[in-house]
Amino acid sequence: MNKPIQFTLNGKSVSRTVPNHRLLLDLLRDEIGMTGTKEGCGTGDCGACTVSVNGKPVNSCLILSGELDGADITTIEGLKIGPELHPIQQAFVQDGGAQCGYCTPGMLMMSKALLDGNKNPTDEEIRYALSGNLCRCTGYAKIVQAVKDAAAIMRK
Amino acid sequence: MKRTEAFEMYQPRTLVEASRLLKDNGPGGRFLAGGTDLVIAMKEKGLLPKYIVDLKRVPGLTGIRENKDKGITIGALTTMYEIETAALIKKKYPFLAQSAAEVGSIQIRNRATIGGNMSNATPSADTAPALIALNATAKVASASGEWTLPLQDFFRGPGQNAMNADEILTEITIPKTAANLVGEYIKFSPREMMDLAYVGVAVAYNFSKKDKQCSNVRIVLGAVAPTPIRAWRAEAAMEGQVLSEAVAAKAGDIAAQEAKPISDVRSSADYRRAMVGAMTKRALMNASVGPAKSWYQRRERRY
Repeated sequence: MNKPIQFTLNGKSVSRTVPNHRLLLDLLRDEIGMTGTKEGCGTGDCGACTVSVNGKPVNSCLILSGELDGADITTIEGLKIGPELHPIQQAFVQDGGAQCGYCTPGMLMMSKALLDGNKNPTDEEIRYALSGNLCRCTGYAKIVQAVKDAAAIMRK
Repeated sequence: MKRTEAFEMYQPRTLVEASRLLKDNGPGGRFLAGGTDLVIAMKEKGLLPKYIVDLKRVPGLTGIRENKDKGITIGALTTMYEIETAALIKKKYPFLAQSAAEVGSIQIRNRATIGGNMSNATPSADTAPALIALNATAKVASASGEWTLPLQDFFRGPGQNAMNADEILTEITIPKTAANLVGEYIKFSPREMMDLAYVGVAVAYNFSKKDKQCSNVRIVLGAVAPTPIRAWRAEAAMEGQVLSEAVAAKAGDIAAQEAKPISDVRSSADYRRAMVGAMTKRALMNASVGPAKSWYQRRERRY
């Protein structure tokens, strides 16, 4: 019930033999050691485990490793390029767009997906994009502000 | 959250191979599309398939195309997000695009497929009422051939569809519609996002702007019966009528009588029935003025 798979993780090729039923979330955290991706609900409701698969934001808690051969995966560890924080990360720091921080990796990955396709989103568009990312500290106002500020930085 | 137990996974490259895998390996196998229902059922409800047949490596099951006769065919593995954002769907059937956008989050909609949403046959499936209102048909294939049936006959009960275990829903086709067709889908749930429908209402009809006459009226209810259902008598009451608040309210009252809701954690049957009446009326009225221009406007027009 193991399967050899090859995929790209944050730009690097990875070859592994994995159990089919291993969740992508667990593959990342427990086997590869990238613990930036968080498990919240485990049922696709909270968005804490959001990663990018083939350029699309998805819940890593609902994807089986057996499905992943050939996939191109980006996690929160791959958001930053070089030593500098990504502009979205900078904006979340600057605006205090995090309280406990548990939802933050998912918020950042979803914000990245939004801003990749929309350089100047409205409040409504930001709220719509982040509707599958829950923050139990209820810090949404600063998160929305951070995404707007990140968009402004990225437009420069 | 609980983890799934080990199972064999197959990734066939053809439909015939996929169907044979289910036949040859016997009961207990499950087809996998986006996994947003199946994996949750495995984690949350303890479902343990003996084996899984992943359909995503079978070519030709994705995409939206306009046919020569101006109908539209949607491949079963087309994602909800693809339907929500497809220019062709947004232009011709904005209420169908919106019904897809009502499902889960963007992360879920990037995985969840139209075929999976239909095959799981949840009574509250958001895209089902809109597709049935558009007279959609379903194509089903197996190693021994394929057949087509009206989508409204595809649903047999909660979690029950018309297919045998080795059959696969391959595509949904919306036949050509009149140029003056209008429609609306209202998902009624107290939470704005990330909720299941307490009541879903899709309407579609041909609307003569000049005299406000409605014809070919279809009213389809979700989440208020074991399957999505047509509100036949409400449709008949609207047929040929000149649209007005009073006429739409009467159709709503009839639709409420036709609903067969249950009481559960989300809502009482009485409340669901009352909301069928209100939402049917609003859907009929909203359809005549065109699609909502934004998510916020869609929310406002619901109340």
